[in-house]
Amino acid sequence: MTGPDSSHTHTDTASPPAWRRPTYELRPQAEGDGRMLEISMGPQHPSTHGVFRMDVMLDGERVVKLKPVFGYLHRNHEKIGESTTYLASMPYTDRLDYFCSLTNNWAYALAVERLAGLQVPERAEYIRVILAELTRLQNHACLGGFLLQDMGASGTPLMYAFREREKILDLFEALTGARMMCNYMRFGGCRCDLPPGWLERARALVAGFPRFLDEFEALLTGNEILMSRTQGVGVLPRELAINASITGPGLRASGVNYDLRKADPYGIYPRFSFRIPLGDHGDVYDRYMMRVLEMRESLKILEQALRDIPDGPIIDPKAKIRGFRPKPGEAYARLEGPKGELGFFLISDGSPNPYRYRVRPPSLINLTVLEDLCLGHHVADVVIILGSVDIVLGEVDR
Amino acid sequence: MLGKGILKGMGETARNFFGSYASEDRLVTVQYPEQRLPQIEAMRNFPFLVFDGTDPVQGLRCVACQICEKECPPKCIYIVKDSAKKPDYIGKLQFQPKVFDIDISVCMSCQICVEVCPFDAIKMNVEYELSSSDRFGSLLLNKQDLTRPNSYFHKIHPSEAAEVDGRLQAEKEKVQAKARLEAEAKAKAAAAPKPTPAPAPLTPASAPA
Repeated sequence: MTGPDSSHTHTDTASPPAWRRPTYELRPQAEGDGRMLEISMGPQHPSTHGVFRMDVMLDGERVVKLKPVFGYLHRNHEKIGESTTYLASMPYTDRLDYFCSLTNNWAYALAVERLAGLQVPERAEYIRVILAELTRLQNHACLGGFLLQDMGASGTPLMYAFREREKILDLFEALTGARMMCNYMRFGGCRCDLPPGWLERARALVAGFPRFLDEFEALLTGNEILMSRTQGVGVLPRELAINASITGPGLRASGVNYDLRKADPYGIYPRFSFRIPLGDHGDVYDRYMMRVLEMRESLKILEQALRDIPDGPIIDPKAKIRGFRPKPGEAYARLEGPKGELGFFLISDGSPNPYRYRVRPPSLINLTVLEDLCLGHHVADVVIILGSVDIVLGEVDR
Repeated sequence: MLGKGILKGMGETARNFFGSYASEDRLVTVQYPEQRLPQIEAMRNFPFLVFDGTDPVQGLRCVACQICEKECPPKCIYIVKDSAKKPDYIGKLQFQPKVFDIDISVCMSCQICVEVCPFDAIKMNVEYELSSSDRFGSLLLNKQDLTRPNSYFHKIHPSEAAEVDGRLQAEKEKVQAKARLEAEAKAKAAAAPKPTPAPAPLTPASAPA
């Protein structure tokens, strides 16, 4: 051998180690006198809203241990973000939480604007608020539908929710060209101006949305089956919610008054008058009600924004499409997405690519308390607790 | 009363069910292959290459600058520059692509190639019935598959096409005006040395007389 250290390499003379069949130890079946059963829910289980698996240890019907397993939808989002230009990451942010592509776009645009020091024109800020609140409406409406679907109200509430969502997606399509992968925000503004007649359509939608909400609530909120299934189930204590850095409606359902639109205002949110709904119990029912109440508050913001939207440019003239290179530095920007605090952290070294690109996904962090929420409940409740946490696997796995 | 909420919900379902017979706007579904929704102007699906005039080779706006290839997030564009040049819409000699492939099985319809193109050469198509059982043959579009006339662009995105045409026309006029000015200056310069013996300034029209 010619290498300086030949002792670690195989030589012809030394025989390779004999292959031995690995011995798998069978898990002792009786952890706790034979009543325990370990089941694997997912990744193809329809209630997991994507490819997500839970290793659930059951004592009869009761959950004694739960381990979330994810990563099936990992797409290397952050590394791709570091190896492409700043602009080229924008369409990938659509695919984080694919229900709320516009808020993802906005969060990323906010981070880059903070990094590059770009100013957003007035009209673009209004457009962003309108789109973000429409996104919140459709996300929360769908969540209600999915939650009820998980509970066994098969079809009807989900279809009603999707009917409303279609109207909002039609608006997105008319503006951005795509229903879900909108790719609309740009650094320093928005990509294109509103098409003619769009604002009237949006106003008509906002005017008609309370009717849907009333219908949805008549269908569900007072329903005795819903109440008995959700009240007192999956309680998230206030202290645990704070310690686990839960954000979004899940945190507010536990009674913590924390909404980034008020706590760390971004964009032009301080101009609008709206309230933050808070829950008392932190159970699944409260989390459901938070969404319904937030939709009503979003409608208030939308009414004000659609009334006050000014004319003007929609993008900062300093913003460059080609050859965008922010000066070296770092920035973190966050916003109140429909699922919680969505943040982007960027480090620039002056090159066309970010040196570091990091996403703070609300879905993943809200998922960390899943075991605490599920312990002691029935296995059927795991499904609705997961539904009420509101995750999207695109964002959990990235 | 127990069950009141359930009855209320059932009533809501019944109202929706019978409402669809009463009012048209409660019918929200479209029977797709027979019925189609109207084309939305902002719609985008996959890119195509615009050419002016009638000849897809001579009129092609693309100058093979490869900016779209570089900026494309999923890197689905492949361009090879041709060594032969051809004149573009203002008559300036420019490169042209020898190979221009887009793998639409990779393309994610993000429109970034359209935004970064400085020549308005690549635009978004709206054709969507592209399913095929052949993964490589029909989803890898080459230059011939991608080129579409400007009239097609006008048909699918009228306002954007009008804006682009206006901009290109203005640019062309600017270039022509500049060329005219330069030609005049040249003519003046050519005419000027001749009348040097004569001290009186002569207009080019009167000089040869």
